[in-house]
Amino acid sequence: MKNRVKRQLAPYLLVLPGGIWLLIFFAVPMITMLSLSLQEGDIVNGYRFTGHWQTYVDAISSYQTQIVRSLIYGAVATIILIALAFPVAYWIAFHGGKRKSTYLFLLLLPFFVSFVLRTISWGQILADEGPVVSPLRSIGLVGDSFHILGTSYAVIGGLVYNFLPFMVLPIYVALERIDPRVVEAARDLYANPAVTFRKVIFPLALPGVFAGVLMTFVPASSDYVNSAVLGSAGTTMIGQVIQAQYLVNSDYPTASALSFVLMAVLLIGVFLYARMLGTEDVMKVAAR
Amino acid sequence: MTTQTLDRPTQAPSLKPRRRITGAGFMHGYVWLIIAWLVLPIAVMIAFGFNDTPGRYNQEWVGFTFKWYGKLFELSNLTQALVTSILIAIVSSLLAGALGTGIGYALGRYRFRGAGSLNLIMFATISSPELIMGASLLTLFASLQVGLGAVTITIAHVMFSISFVATVVRARVMTLDRSVEEAAADLGATPWVTFWKITFPIILPAVFSGVLLAFALSIDDFIVTNFTAGTTETFPLFIWGATRVGIPPQVNVMGTLIFATGVLFAVVTNIRSRRTTKTD
Repeated sequence: MKNRVKRQLAPYLLVLPGGIWLLIFFAVPMITMLSLSLQEGDIVNGYRFTGHWQTYVDAISSYQTQIVRSLIYGAVATIILIALAFPVAYWIAFHGGKRKSTYLFLLLLPFFVSFVLRTISWGQILADEGPVVSPLRSIGLVGDSFHILGTSYAVIGGLVYNFLPFMVLPIYVALERIDPRVVEAARDLYANPAVTFRKVIFPLALPGVFAGVLMTFVPASSDYVNSAVLGSAGTTMIGQVIQAQYLVNSDYPTASALSFVLMAVLLIGVFLYARMLGTEDVMKVAAR
Repeated sequence: MTTQTLDRPTQAPSLKPRRRITGAGFMHGYVWLIIAWLVLPIAVMIAFGFNDTPGRYNQEWVGFTFKWYGKLFELSNLTQALVTSILIAIVSSLLAGALGTGIGYALGRYRFRGAGSLNLIMFATISSPELIMGASLLTLFASLQVGLGAVTITIAHVMFSISFVATVVRARVMTLDRSVEEAAADLGATPWVTFWKITFPIILPAVFSGVLLAFALSIDDFIVTNFTAGTTETFPLFIWGATRVGIPPQVNVMGTLIFATGVLFAVVTNIRSRRTTKTD
């Protein structure tokens, strides 16, 4: 009897410490942020809750360019990522043979270098005096007004670079799961390789593509490292605005309102994803 | 296995299999091109750690030198930042390891009320933008008037690492062979003894890789840390702060050493785990 009670309590006792941690430091902060976005005041005199919706109106109208730009950069980077990552995942899953894990390891090599450092390294490569632009200039292929650093190309390129593994891995996991007999059956039924790909392999890989989109679009469109290091004033993303409002200007209500708008846009997508496709694909990649 | 099935020629070895091999060969080259592209900035980082630049400005190649390896710890701010990063990574990965293992074990073993919402919260922490997690934590600490520093950074790192550890451990617990535990119970072991003598050693590798993952996430984290650090500097924050005034070559050297250690560690643990699975 006592044992049964114990056994029923066991999962709760195991979950309790970590669950409380997540509740206090993940869920509660979302509420304080929402509340702060509706307060008025400043950092010196303190804030008071006034239900001030005007902050949202002002924040959105002042920074709508940056919000829209972030979503566009994120979307463009995600589309490029699908195109770049799919063949990589496909080749490793179907032709990697015994060396599959070696190839996956090579794709994860960037993670052994700090994210900021990798991005700065790209800044060095793409700079005007760097190894890409300066030879092009000296042989006269491009004029002195040609830059890569500071353009939207550099920022999107940085986003694509930094999030590539997050697109390859989920697609790989989905492709890897395909039963070879299904592909064989398609061949036996006289489907040519193109049809087999379109009608069998691609539909089965689609959950992986969706997981990849989730895992790249969310961090890419809320990123501020790439646009700060590789961009210029004309490529400012909303993440940079939020970061500056919090940490430089200490305008917490505006920053919180902007964060909330960004989170609402992204989380609606995330939860739609979770409702439609479940959470398993993303969790599987996280477990790697 | 898969390769064999796919490459098996369906017809007489005429033109077709050869063309398919060329297609796969082309894609093979493409994969290596992508890997080269991924490694390029790392190579640049390593190279500029050997650059004989006169001072802090390390943008153009001057000549080869080992001197920065000798002067590695000469910048006390940088050394301090690295030490802070390592300490935070150790503490937060151990804490996240303990808390995450509890959740992962419970989710893998028991059916209980609330498991669904717990799963959803874990999914949310893994897929939420770091910017939002960092910013919202800042508002929490600000409204509680908690001073920012190493403690708040550690709290934040534990928060975003728990779910990763739990996911890794859960995956192992779910594939665990229960008959081993039943055998222990049949031999008269109490549940407590069975857990520590049988179950825990089996899931220990998963706990270990979860802790390693948490360590890696913590030591590299920039965005969440930036919001919860106050004036405390970690290694990524030092680099961020130095971008405007120039990154000292010591940063490249430390980046190189961290990279080398990480790769070496991953290769060694991989080889060792392969060996143990073979002897199983």
